[in-house]
Amino acid sequence: MIDIRDLTVTFGRGTQAVAAVRGLSLHVGEGESFGLVGESGSGKSTVLRVLTGLNEKWQGSASLAGLSVARRDRRFPRLVQMVFQDPYGSLHPRHTVDHALSEPLAIHGIEDANERVSRALEQVGLGPAFRFRYPHQLSGGQRQRVAIARALMLEPKVLLLDEPTSALDVSVQAEILNLLRRLRDERGLTYLLVSHNLAVVAHMCDRLAVMNRGVVVEEMAVDTLRRQEPAEAYTRQLLLASRGYDREVARAMITYD
Amino acid sequence: MTPLIEVEDLRISFPTAKGSFDAVRGVSFTLGREKLGIVGESGSGKSLTGRALMRLLTPAAQLSAKRLAFDGQDLLQATPRDLRRIRGRRISLVLQDPKYALNPVMTVGEQIGEAFRTHHRVSRAEARAKTLAMLEAVRIRNPVRVHDLYPHEVSGGMGQRIMIAMMLIPEPDLLIADEPTSALDVTVQMQVLAILDDLVTQRGMGLIFISHDLNLVASFCDRILVMYAGRIVEECRASELHAATHPYTRGLLASLPRIEESRAELAVLTRDPAWLTA
Repeated sequence: MIDIRDLTVTFGRGTQAVAAVRGLSLHVGEGESFGLVGESGSGKSTVLRVLTGLNEKWQGSASLAGLSVARRDRRFPRLVQMVFQDPYGSLHPRHTVDHALSEPLAIHGIEDANERVSRALEQVGLGPAFRFRYPHQLSGGQRQRVAIARALMLEPKVLLLDEPTSALDVSVQAEILNLLRRLRDERGLTYLLVSHNLAVVAHMCDRLAVMNRGVVVEEMAVDTLRRQEPAEAYTRQLLLASRGYDREVARAMITYD
Repeated sequence: MTPLIEVEDLRISFPTAKGSFDAVRGVSFTLGREKLGIVGESGSGKSLTGRALMRLLTPAAQLSAKRLAFDGQDLLQATPRDLRRIRGRRISLVLQDPKYALNPVMTVGEQIGEAFRTHHRVSRAEARAKTLAMLEAVRIRNPVRVHDLYPHEVSGGMGQRIMIAMMLIPEPDLLIADEPTSALDVTVQMQVLAILDDLVTQRGMGLIFISHDLNLVASFCDRILVMYAGRIVEECRASELHAATHPYTRGLLASLPRIEESRAELAVLTRDPAWLTA
């Protein structure tokens, strides 16, 4: 479903040039949930931005369901949608929930908007009472539900999830992760989930790739992660650091280039 | 020995159009030379409790307490002049995001030096020497170079260490850290915590560590207070958090995904109205 080969993304030019992604290849099958893990600056979000067309300058090849990402056409929004990290920033503050959800339908000339909006709200666990509210009248978890509903309005096959729960409290995170898993089961969606939280990826994904400084350090099945048996030292350090504070582990940390 | 902090029946409320909103409702605890974690979700009142100890609430906030004391000194009766001698010098506050907490138009070294010179009468040269030593203490490899950088020129992890250096240079007795590592990568987080841990142990400071991350607090602190809707619902040794008894704490722990196990669904917290009062 997602096929990326030799993707390179460079920002800036000349001596200021920074290669955010360097020759990345990955393949995600239909209906699969794939995790992209890494620390800030590893290039994981840049990969998602290339796939959605938010980042237009890149080299290599990338395709979704056989359609090249480079040649964007109207089919793309109906194939792939994205859910962003910050539900406080990704919804228009002066648009009601109804407005946010019906806009993609209007753009793509889809009929029975009224019916679809109320069904979408129901599917993400928000009642009709939320339909005419503004984002500031919603909690963080409710906003993220609206953002997920908006991403599903055009019935895409692929959802790109960029740290969808890192701005939320843990109890709300559990609700959103459960919702995402249920929607995937119901609709056979393909997920590409970017996160720095290994536990979230272990819970949500079948396979994952660990990135550092623009390259994939290692790719593995989620069971390998669960058994804590990654092959690379970088991944092992990441795993140790995720377990909580330990004086000895902190002392032994190294920076990997 | 007098405890560093004594809090009894602390209440903070805000006037709203619909009447007064009680954000902190009767919090009591004492703190010695230890690492105390305060955990809770957004809106639980954990940050406000931290700010109240420095009397750094907005004027709209209404604060009351039976006792609010630092090192035996009554903070409720303290004059602005008294408070200025305490803030920074004896209690300091590390905030979550160095991008907003550091002054963007002053070099790193100048602002750390300023923190020292506000409380100690020393020459610029002495302040500079002290600043460089402090930067080294928070494990910045090239203190002379970093001294002259502006905040936008340093990474998030380094910015956080700079803020810690600034807060520690007046040698306070108590450090309040409000989500000091939430904006950092896990490996950098570990390094920053190790610095805090060493400094607290070596200097015999008290530390209040405010965080939403239960596992992190359990592994880092000595003792934990769990807050819910403005009240402390549970207090325990950090090492015994897994044996917590309050349904709210248990619910939070159960809602966390874990690397080792595979579950079809995560437990969702059902909030019991009885937690508000019981």
